[in-house]
Amino acid sequence: MTTEEIKILIEKALPGVKLKLVRDSILVENAPDLTRVAKFLKEDPALRFDYLSSVTGSDYLTFLESVYHLYSMEKKGPGLTLRARTDRQNPRVPSLVPVFRGAEFQERESYDMYGIVYENHPDLRRIFMWDGFEGFPMRKDYEQEDSETLEACDVDWLEKHGVPVPAEIKQKAEALKREGKRAMARKPGDTEPA
Amino acid sequence: MTILNKIHSPQGGEPPDSQMLQINVGPQHPSTHGVFRMNMTLDGETVVALKPVMGYLHRNHEQIAENMSYTGSMPYTDRLDYFNSMSNNFGWAMAVEKLASLEVPERAEYIRVIMAELTRIVNHISVIGFLLNDLGAFFTPVLYAFREREGILDIFEEISGARMMCNYFRFGGVKYDVPADLLKRIQGIVDKLPAFLEEFEALLSQNEILCMRCQNVGILPPDLAVNASITGPMLRASGVNYDLRKIDAYSIYNRFQFKVPLGVKGDVYDRYYVRILEIRESLKILQQALKEIPEGEIMNKKMLPFLKNPRNFKPPLGEAYARVEAPKGELGFYVVSDGTPQPWRYHVRAPSFINLTILEDLCVGHKLADAVVILGSVDIVLGEVDR
Repeated sequence: MTTEEIKILIEKALPGVKLKLVRDSILVENAPDLTRVAKFLKEDPALRFDYLSSVTGSDYLTFLESVYHLYSMEKKGPGLTLRARTDRQNPRVPSLVPVFRGAEFQERESYDMYGIVYENHPDLRRIFMWDGFEGFPMRKDYEQEDSETLEACDVDWLEKHGVPVPAEIKQKAEALKREGKRAMARKPGDTEPA
Repeated sequence: MTILNKIHSPQGGEPPDSQMLQINVGPQHPSTHGVFRMNMTLDGETVVALKPVMGYLHRNHEQIAENMSYTGSMPYTDRLDYFNSMSNNFGWAMAVEKLASLEVPERAEYIRVIMAELTRIVNHISVIGFLLNDLGAFFTPVLYAFREREGILDIFEEISGARMMCNYFRFGGVKYDVPADLLKRIQGIVDKLPAFLEEFEALLSQNEILCMRCQNVGILPPDLAVNASITGPMLRASGVNYDLRKIDAYSIYNRFQFKVPLGVKGDVYDRYYVRILEIRESLKILQQALKEIPEGEIMNKKMLPFLKNPRNFKPPLGEAYARVEAPKGELGFYVVSDGTPQPWRYHVRAPSFINLTILEDLCVGHKLADAVVILGSVDIVLGEVDR
């Protein structure tokens, strides 16, 4: 069954659900419909997508996306990709844990890395980063210090402790201070020339 | 009146207060197989609740990969599941080949299958050894297993230059060809392994202590296993027939005759025995692959220039999700390309991370000592769990 046929099946069974085809995958346009769609895909006897292989977030600068890869252990056929989009300021997607237990840790990971809040998740906490951590490191606009470049305060500290600092590094640190800038690492989104 | 008085009061009185004990097993505990922590609530010695805590080895592998060229993250995939670098390479190579629609020459496919199956043998014999370690058979089974593992690691070293961090696969083929005499040595190892397995099994499979500790412990029902996305030997020990080598028949696995061993009960013993049987099936695949391996190219010609200039490799816009049957379960790579030399999105679906979802369900009601054995039978590697 092709993705398009599955899309027609869902639309027939669940009136009011808006779907769109994106790169051979189904985009659920209203994120709150996701639970209904997943439940239908899992329980429909012709489809039986009973196995949620992977859940992950993704950042597209103007919106965040939650991507689901479904397969069927009963039918053993090809898979289906579902996606739901949400805005960056208040990203909310319903949790699929009531339908698939396997989403539990993966949604926590996606929340940890992208800050997507999975509503009705039984235990939505950070999983890899520690509890007090601020920010979401996999977002493309996440800024972090460049650990290779010394700033003026680092140079001061080193000199106070009797470590000689090369003049070149000192000048760079001074220049940064004059411009009022901090030494930040390249953002993950910035592309490097080939 | 103090509690002591209550207990010793001759009139009986109220029963003594009982208290739940909350303890942390790990992160520095030898039986958590790395830096993994289990936050347990115990009633006496019985586990009442268990929360896995992870992230001690987190290095944001996915962001590292999004900051470098496609070929550049190949050595990083070695460090995911550091026991099985070859099958991690396999997954990543397949994802990019799907993305850029690349063909792989015949001989390279055979070499890939041989390496992936050798890796499976390495993983399964060592995990059985470590499981026995957790049971209290201190290091004798591990050393038996490691003796065989050494032979296979020597092969990996000759072929790729490294014993564990092989970094051997490239998009569209493999890095180096396998000389004929090395194939003969692999054949020798494959011929010798059944005798080792007989010895290993004679020592373990009917062992009374092993049976008593493992049978009916940590039972995983098949419907829960499917619902919780459990994969690999753990799923098959619960009796669900789902092996990607058969289902997807990726690479050239449809050319080989082999069976998918299944468990009946889904307890720790089944998980142990399914792995033993899987080694035997891997040996069957190896025998066939070594007999049929053809001569020819080992790299797709289109990809040869990118071996020297990996940053010139820019797959077309699009996305791909490729999955392989790694020794620990389904290893998936999700990659989105924006047409630049770096992937826009790179995600690893790590089997041992997701297999931990049901750890609490397996352990509740068992003793603390059994929880250690159950964790051993899940087969985790923290490089992959934490990424």
